[in-house]
Amino acid sequence: MLTGRVVSVNGPIVKAAGLRGIGMFDIAEVGRDRLIGEVIRLVGEITVIQVYEDNTGLRPGDEVTSSCRPLSVLLGPGLIANIYDGIQRPLVGISEACGHYIKKGIKLSPLDTEKKWEFTPLIEAGAEVNEGDILGEIPESPLVMHKVLVPPGLSGRLTSIGAAGRYTIEDDLYTIENGAAPYQGKLAAYWPVRKPRPSRSKKKPFIPLMTGQRVIDTFFPIARGGTATIPGGFGTGKTMTQHALAKWCNADIIVYIGCGERGNEMTDVLTEFPKLIDERNGRPLIERTVMIANTSNMPVPAREVSIYTGVTIAEYYRDMGYSVAVMADSTSRWAEALRELASRLGDMPAEEGFPPYLATRLAEFYERAGLVETLSGVDGDISIIGAVSPPGGDFSEPVTQHTSRFVRCFWALDKILADARHYPSISWIDSYTEYLHDIEGWWKDLDADWLTIRAQVMAILLEDNRLQQVVKLVGSDAMPPAQQFTLFVADMIKNAFLQQNSFDPVDKYCPPEKQLKLLKAILDLHTTGEDLVRCGATVKEISALEVVSEMVRLKSEVPNNELERIDDYRKRLAAGLASLKEKIQKG
Amino acid sequence: MTAEIEYTTLSGISGPLIFVEGVKGVGYGEIVEIRDKSAEVRIGQTLEVDEDRAIVQVFEGTSGLSVKDVRVTFVGRSLEIPVHRDMLGRVFDGLGRPIDGAPQVITDNLMNVNGLPVNPWSREYPRDFIQTGISAIDGMNTLIRGQKLPIFSGSGMPHNLIAAQIARQARILNAEEEFTVIFAAMGVKFDMARFFIDSLEESGVLTHSAIFLSLADAPSIERLITPRVALTLAEHLAFEEGMHVLVIMTDMTNYCESLRELSSSRGEIPSRKGYPGYLYSDLAAIYERAGRLKGINGSITQVPILTMPSDDISHPVPDLTGYITEGQIVLERELFNKGIYPPIAGLPSLSRLMKDGIGEGRTRSDHAQNAAQLFASYAKVKRIRALAAIVGEEELSELDKIYLRFGTAFEERFLRQGDEENRSIIETLDLGWQMLSLLPKEELYRVRMEDIQRYYMPQQEVQEAASCRL
Ligand SMILES: Nc1ncnc2c1ncn2[C@@H]1O[C@H](COP(=O)(O)OP(=O)(O)OP(=O)(O)O)[C@@H](O)[C@H]1O
Ligand SMILES: [Mg+2]
Repeated sequence: MLTGRVVSVNGPIVKAAGLRGIGMFDIAEVGRDRLIGEVIRLVGEITVIQVYEDNTGLRPGDEVTSSCRPLSVLLGPGLIANIYDGIQRPLVGISEACGHYIKKGIKLSPLDTEKKWEFTPLIEAGAEVNEGDILGEIPESPLVMHKVLVPPGLSGRLTSIGAAGRYTIEDDLYTIENGAAPYQGKLAAYWPVRKPRPSRSKKKPFIPLMTGQRVIDTFFPIARGGTATIPGGFGTGKTMTQHALAKWCNADIIVYIGCGERGNEMTDVLTEFPKLIDERNGRPLIERTVMIANTSNMPVPAREVSIYTGVTIAEYYRDMGYSVAVMADSTSRWAEALRELASRLGDMPAEEGFPPYLATRLAEFYERAGLVETLSGVDGDISIIGAVSPPGGDFSEPVTQHTSRFVRCFWALDKILADARHYPSISWIDSYTEYLHDIEGWWKDLDADWLTIRAQVMAILLEDNRLQQVVKLVGSDAMPPAQQFTLFVADMIKNAFLQQNSFDPVDKYCPPEKQLKLLKAILDLHTTGEDLVRCGATVKEISALEVVSEMVRLKSEVPNNELERIDDYRKRLAAGLASLKEKIQKG
Repeated sequence: MTAEIEYTTLSGISGPLIFVEGVKGVGYGEIVEIRDKSAEVRIGQTLEVDEDRAIVQVFEGTSGLSVKDVRVTFVGRSLEIPVHRDMLGRVFDGLGRPIDGAPQVITDNLMNVNGLPVNPWSREYPRDFIQTGISAIDGMNTLIRGQKLPIFSGSGMPHNLIAAQIARQARILNAEEEFTVIFAAMGVKFDMARFFIDSLEESGVLTHSAIFLSLADAPSIERLITPRVALTLAEHLAFEEGMHVLVIMTDMTNYCESLRELSSSRGEIPSRKGYPGYLYSDLAAIYERAGRLKGINGSITQVPILTMPSDDISHPVPDLTGYITEGQIVLERELFNKGIYPPIAGLPSLSRLMKDGIGEGRTRSDHAQNAAQLFASYAKVKRIRALAAIVGEEELSELDKIYLRFGTAFEERFLRQGDEENRSIIETLDLGWQMLSLLPKEELYRVRMEDIQRYYMPQQEVQEAASCRL
């Protein structure tokens, strides 16, 4: 144990002397309250520590101690359904210990140390084991079978392993010997937050992460193991989109990181997720969710760590062979924390006050996503979806710009759409995905024509975008009927397909089959309608058909398990359009 | 605590900051008492401490201080104020000291003005609908008890009138409890504060209100404390006494300017428009003090007011506020110039907590769809108006012309109302349907079929309803 003393305090940045031998990223405990801090710089005799708790009252001369361990996350059963602050302090435990407010100096184990877990060994003592091998399992929640793995970097002979039974995370469970001192394994172990957990190899993602959000799944899909960003000004729908994905995407595990955002948004997750039932397994969504909440009013330095804490937990479940989706809302607040600390350290700023290492840090973070072959030889993946909150909604700012270099999906939120309450306000013009061809195969299994259908609908939207420039100048009435009809169909795509209300009891989630059927109905209207217009029908005559105006309500009025009703609808649509054609040809 | 030593070792003064040398054992963020020649006491706080020097910000400003005659004592704790329910009906300065002639309330309940961060686990999600009697708010941007919903205004616009109307009219349906109002003024003129106090007095709300005034002539640095003092009392009343507190803070732009001033006198690297990089976190520390707590009856609802410099919503102050608060009520110059009160902009205004506070059993089952449709249709009006400005109204299609009529009716009859007019939520929703009924049914794709059958009015009825209102 090293002991030193504080020499200066500038906000959360504390300089200490007398800690010779301490390493970068080691934990230090500062002052009488033994506040948790991390070594972020070593300059001669001076150790620079960033303190993760409110340090009002801290004085030069106060004691600093360190046992020279790096800042780490405790990984083991009990993470699921839990909520932590940025440095993995359990918020439930904190509220039990000190009430409604977070007081400083509280030290609690992130995992329940008394709870007994039902462990089943899957390997016998005496076996040779390698890093990543599965030793046994624990039903952590009805949705998550927790695998107990040989820690990375360790191999040797398994000299003992506990029999099937109930163990706490502190009980000795197994021993591995490989010449050196025997390793005494337990259900839980620490891992340094800033160090990615190893895997055998990275693979090319090929399965889409289905989100149930039409504009994403159909137009800008993300693959499992992929990266995406959601940039948008305030109130454009970043958090709602992240919540929708956390609820409905088909990952096995969700890590939701509220990084410098609102307290009530975390409360919303906390109150809603236990009640929301996952249609695929009939279980509450909370049983696959881990939450990290370092809200905007909590200490800023812990906000900087929160995303690493989250992604380390994600890697832990990936290593068990799960598909994990990480939501980080908002990475801009993380970048601002970085900026604030850099400025207190006197670092030379690059763009807009951000330190020059902003881009590298962002790249490192998104690099922790991916589909991998785990150490135990199975596939596991992490998808990362990061919100970005650009000042003034201007995407040319550094965080948006750098992020767009490191992610492969860009879901640009559009203020004009949001103002018109067209949600999700993901722009179909400014957004893009680079995963289309990686995941095409999956969709093709559902429908061989998927890519063509998607392209046809996209083409109408792009044509609409071009025509709107003309409409702005002359009005749509002055346009030729064929173009008026394109505008009409584009409006239908926007209202009947792209627009999707997260509060609608049916439409909050749209399965891929329904997405396809809706697209086909729209294309029916497009193809047949174009023909009608050529025969002299006006757009008004077409739009006035009862069956046409019904289309916009299909998404919310056809329940997800009665999709054949859309097939019926298509028949009625065809009939309606045919009788209009007859009428025109007669008249 | 170290013995209180007096230091006379100032090495410099810069803006609101003083630098004290040779100090020992002084804590970060501690309170400092500063006495000048006349022995008048000013309050300050340490911003940075090292082994023999402290940087102190002086809340009353440094004007009149000189390096020579100043004596400084470090008190060894953070800034605290006494809090008690007897503070209702009283007027205080920006640091929480009485200025109404009556003595300081006696209590040993002292609270740190910076508060503590609420544990997100301990929050209760706000769901109770507040009826303000203003259609644009209740119908489309519903205020919820425990929400933080700012008013984004511009110079000369009637934000104070609106805030006062909210303070007077705010009610929870089927509940007896009244709101306790806390009013914090930062850098505003006395007339404005007077207007507010009078308006609370007339409606009999003043006796359960507390007023904190850091007026335009007070030192600018004092404003950094004013909202914190006000919210500290609010927290006591809400979470220790179980009251429902409505906190109105004006003008947050002045607050942010003071913070910018402080930051620049410390020589910090500025971020946008000279504001410090930590403006977001600093504002969050204020706004996040709104809300509800599990197992406690009281609540804090915040209505901060800010003026957008040159009506620019992307200016850092409204921008960062919007990123923290749960929506915003935006006032629009164009409506204001048309003489419409309240000039609440139809599109950029938003209430994020609305979703859980409205609907069946809370307001009415058609509320959400009604609002969504009004927003969508009004957005279309805006597009058509832009087009009409180019091609002329005559060239517009029949449908577009109908939209224009809807737009005018919406502004003149739905948005516009008297500053004493108190509409019930049912009146507001019915009025919304009257507006929507001006449009053909096929255009109403955000509302449910069943609601159309129930509420959509034949044209003739709409006309009649319109004429009896006028
Ligand atoms: N898919 C959606 N369905 C329905 N409403 C939505 C949807 N997306 C957004 N909204 C509406 O927009 C509001 C703002 O959305 P959200 O809170 O997600 O914005 P944000 O981009 O996260 O803003 P901030 O940057 O300030 O956090 C929501 O409260 C909701 O009313
Ligand atoms: Mg958000």
